[in-house]
Amino acid sequence: MSELFAAIIQKLPYSPPFLFVDEILSADENSIKGTYKLKKDEFFYQGHFPGNPVTPGVIITEVMAQIGLVCFGMYLNSTSSPDGMDGKVPVFTSSCVDFYSPAYPEQTLEVTSSKIYYRFGKLKCRIECHNRDTQQLVCKGDLSGLLVNKNELK
Amino acid sequence: MTKDEIKAEIKGVIEPYVMQKELLDNLSDEIQLIGDLKINSAHVVDIVLDIEEKYDITIDDESINKMNTIGEAIEVILEKMKKD
Repeated sequence: MSELFAAIIQKLPYSPPFLFVDEILSADENSIKGTYKLKKDEFFYQGHFPGNPVTPGVIITEVMAQIGLVCFGMYLNSTSSPDGMDGKVPVFTSSCVDFYSPAYPEQTLEVTSSKIYYRFGKLKCRIECHNRDTQQLVCKGDLSGLLVNKNELK
Repeated sequence: MTKDEIKAEIKGVIEPYVMQKELLDNLSDEIQLIGDLKINSAHVVDIVLDIEEKYDITIDDESINKMNTIGEAIEVILEKMKKD
């Protein structure tokens, strides 16, 4: 993984158990691709569902947002603000997604995000999530978010 | 194009982003997009992009910050249409 990709992941504002990015595979002005391997003991499997662990749709959406919006936004900003997220937090503003197949513990999700637009600080992308183990499409949809200053949030 | 014509068209552009449709009945110039119509800032970006496409204009960062009310939005559109 390139130094820039490693630096982006290191500067992500998340930490376990809510950090859902392992690797950025590629990125350019128009798209990004990254992965996350679902751990056997993720906290949400305790309740979703007891004795029958299935990855919740909201978590899959979050994986897509962390790779496809937050990492991508930091990549797009990397030339103008090399310090990454200092003083800023990502805000999830909308999602419209459909689910196609399930994802289970220890499977790897591969997320591909294509920019629809990045204007006035808002990044909107078409994002696909594939299950690397089954080769199937897990989820697809449009997500968007904004970067805002911490002190603007109330 | 007159101010009133643009206002009528803008109403159509913002309508999908306004939850309480009755707020659009009396659209005065002083009505604020975020404060009064309860449009979130992410949707203001979508509205501005729709306006750019509709009037074939480009709105820069400085202009979007001036578009707080319906009246200000119309002013920006008229100004940009004159220039382009």
